[in-house]
Parts: sequence; C-alpha cells; structure tokens
Amino acid sequence: MIEILSPAGHATVQDAGRFGHRKVGIGANGAMDGLALATGNLLLGNAADAAAIETPGVPMRLRFLRDAAFALTGADCAATLAGRPLPVDWRDFARAGEELCLGHARRGVYCYVSVAGGIDAPLVLGSRATHLRGGFGGHEGRMLQPGDRLPVGQSAAGAAAFGVIAPEEALPLAGAGDGATVVRVLPAAEYDAFTPEAQHALWTTPWKISAQSNRAGYRLLGPVLDLAEPLEMRSHGLVPGVIQGPAGGQPIIQLADAYTAGGYPKIGVVIEPDLWRIAQTPLGGALRFQRCDHAQALAAHDAAHAHLDRIRLWIGTLGLAA
Amino acid sequence: MRRDRERGAPHISPMGLGAVLFEAPGAFDLEHQRRIWALAQAVERWPQVREAAPGMTNLLVSFCAPPRDLAAVEQALLAAWAEAEPLTTESRLFTIPVAYGGEDGPDLDHMARETGLSREDVVAIHTGRDYTVFALGSHPGYGYLGVVDARLFIPRRQVPRLSVPEGSVSIGGWQTGASASAGPSGWHTIGRTRQVFFDPHAQTPVLLRPGDTIRFVAERVAP
Repeated sequence: MIEILSPAGHATVQDAGRFGHRKVGIGANGAMDGLALATGNLLLGNAADAAAIETPGVPMRLRFLRDAAFALTGADCAATLAGRPLPVDWRDFARAGEELCLGHARRGVYCYVSVAGGIDAPLVLGSRATHLRGGFGGHEGRMLQPGDRLPVGQSAAGAAAFGVIAPEEALPLAGAGDGATVVRVLPAAEYDAFTPEAQHALWTTPWKISAQSNRAGYRLLGPVLDLAEPLEMRSHGLVPGVIQGPAGGQPIIQLADAYTAGGYPKIGVVIEPDLWRIAQTPLGGALRFQRCDHAQALAAHDAAHAHLDRIRLWIGTLGLAA
Repeated sequence: MRRDRERGAPHISPMGLGAVLFEAPGAFDLEHQRRIWALAQAVERWPQVREAAPGMTNLLVSFCAPPRDLAAVEQALLAAWAEAEPLTTESRLFTIPVAYGGEDGPDLDHMARETGLSREDVVAIHTGRDYTVFALGSHPGYGYLGVVDARLFIPRRQVPRLSVPEGSVSIGGWQTGASASAGPSGWHTIGRTRQVFFDPHAQTPVLLRPGDTIRFVAERVAP
C-alpha cells in the first residue's frame, strides 16, 4: 500500500494503455512517457503492463505503508527517500513508513513512481490506465488526492539499488542548438492540402508549447498553417502524435488522452517512438519537427526496443531483478 | 468551398508508424458506411491488427507492431474492401429531446447567420430527419450521426472550444451528434439533451451501437 500525502497536482495511475475499445470511443490513455513506464517496470521485474503513478513534475509526497522496491523514471524531480537524495532512472528500496518526496522537475516533466508488483488498481476494460474524461480506470477514475491509499501487487523484489542510462543518452537525437526538442514526423494524409509556406513552416519553426496543453494534447504557438483551399473532412480515427491544423488556427498535437476521432486536416504524425520526448518537454518549451520516412521511423522504433532489450538483458545477467 | 474528397478509388495513408487510415471512395452515405462496417469486421480478425475503428466512411486500422511492409497492408485492405458487402445491423430507435439555443445552444444564432436560416428553421431542419449512428468515437460512447441536411452544412470552428458540457448537441460539417461527456469540441453547439450516452459503471457502458437510429425532438427553443 502507498499513501498519497500531499496535493498531487495532476498525478494519475497509468499503465501501458487500454486497447480494444477505440471503436466505442475509448482511447488508449496510459503513460505520456511510455518509455519511462517500461523502464520502471523493467527495473523492478514487473510485467510490461504494470501500472505506476504518473506525476507532471510538481511537488508530491507519498508514504510506503510496507517495505517495497520502487523505481523513479522519466523526469528528474529531485526526489528524496526519508531525506536521502535519489537520482532518476533508478531503483531503490523503501522501508515501511518511509516518505518519498518529489520536488519540481529539474529535467523533463512527467515522473513515474513504479513499485514492485505494480499499482494494483482494478482492471477496467482490460487496463489500469486512468480515463479522466470518462471517469474510470486508475484510482477511482480521477487524479490522486491526499489520503488516497493505492494497493500494490505481490512481488518478491529485494533491496537492490541501481540505475540505468538516461533515455536521452541512450537514444540521442541531434537538435538545432536552440534548446528545442526534436521529434520525427511522418507526413499525414492532408500534408499536400497545406500551402507550401505551411509545409515549410512545419519543418523549420521552433513550435512553442502553449499553456493550454495537457495529457489530451499540446497546442502549439507559431505561424498559422494555412490550407491551399478550405477542406471540411469526414471524421476519422486518430492516434496520439497526430498534428492537426484547424483552418486558420494553431496546430494541435493529439496525445495520450486525445479524442479517438476527429476531422481537422492533419499535416503530420509524430512517430510513436518519439512521443516520450514531447512528454518530457515543458509547457513554454519548444518542439522542432524533423521529417522522416517509414524506414527511418521503423529504425527509431527498433532503436527504442533495442534500448529496453539491453536493460532487460543487463538486469537478467546480473540477477538484479530479484 | 472544397467540401470533401469524393475519390474514385479508396485512399490509404499511414497514420504515423503504427496505424493506417482507409478512406472509402464515393459519396458520404449509409451504403458506403455499411461496407466500412463489413471491412472493420473482416480486418479486426487479422492477427497483426490491434484495433479497427470505423469513422465516417473510413476505417482506422492500428497494428500490434509497426507494419514492415506498407504495400502489403495496402493490398490486403484493397482486397478486403473489394469483398466487403454492405453490412446490415439491427437498428434501434432512440428519441432524444433537445433544448435548442440560449445557454444550451450557444452557437444556434451563429448557425442561423452562417446558413441564412432563421433559428426556428435550423431547429426544424435538424429535427426534420432521422439520423443513423455511423460510428462511435471521439470520446467514450459518442455517436457520429449522419448525414446532416445540406442546408445545415457548416465548417468546424477555427478554434475548438476548450469544453462543452455533457449532452451538447452539435453540428460539424455534415455530421451531428450529442456529447457523451464534457470536453473540448470543434463543432457548433446548438442545443443540449439530458440523455445519458455513457456510464462506465453500468452493465453496458455505451448506449449506442452503429446502425441505431436517432430522432431529435425539440423540447424547447430559447427565445
């Protein structure tokens, strides 16, 4: 059991996502940074779909009500366990009664507190991910509050403490030197319906992430992306990463809690293996879109999986998961 | 205005790395939608497919792992479309009372101005035909209804509203529907209903099914 002690901002219980219900309008939800969630579960020997606490880089305190191995991945929130500073991408062990404090994120945004055995929230439609709009999944279908007690699954994980390489070091992507986060984008169905100026702007603008951004999507500030002529589309299914360009409006990237369908013209899609980079870019920060093709996107997917495979192999070889 | 793409052949485009969008050729009508339902039934049985979600005469297909050979996926979809016979489903009738205009329908005046109709005419035309649930999507339990009378066609908002309440009845393009929960919307809200479309704790959380018939009835029109 874990008890939430302080106001947790927008913290939720999330797992790798809910699948199979898109055709009734229920999207995947799940962790904004799926790579961080996967890493936390690997560090603890958890199932890949085990649930963790996701918190968007604001201070939070929680208490372990029994001994537990846990992991911190994603954003570096200057965490301390019973006063002892802890790095990120790190597994450690808490004694019953010890407090874990997370501060403001000093690198990244979304922080994951994973615990051996996973957060044992009830499965709803096959997943423990919180669906905030629908009010189900996770812990009572809502954000966490002080006093919440989260059950933890069974695990025999012991007191080993160790860390792994940070994802931005393992999976580097060269930037433009202006601090903007680079993500790779595949052009989408309506790419050619945008003006040449809009297409050029897509690839060359450092897009600022507006304050009106959340788990559902990020609104981007920069040039308006104009269509060559008005286009009113039939609604269709969407995936996280879609970059929509409403007529005369600012582009929107749909993310983990996005609508499952929509109909604004889409100029591109951020590839799934780069979505974690968006999740770790703060509001007010900037994104740059790097055009890629299917082969390059596949290579990015394979690189992310190879990174996780190396962690799995290393932990297995050293017998650390136990 | 270029309102739509009525292509002669299906259009298949990648939706990022892990999904493709299949868009049916031809008119925006129920006949094409019935074939989309059939295509969805066929495609969701493919072992590599994670989800097949119908939209409005289109189908989003997502995969368990990114397809290595997009051309093969395209060929398989085209072959399945060629074999897809219009699917007939049971159609239940739902009569939905709606309060139009005023606070319940903040965009009714805008709709009237844009379409050159009176507010009463907008309501009369919107309630004047039965709609079919073409697809469920957007948010849990939301039914995309087709097809709106051409006189009520209106492009989506340039800037989506950050939130409209549950039950908001709105129009976007040739499509209409009633929000199943509060959330952002790029459509024009003309009224509101108290009908509940989604209850995560109910035995059957989602009220509507593709093929159902929706009849909107004007409970009142705000002065």
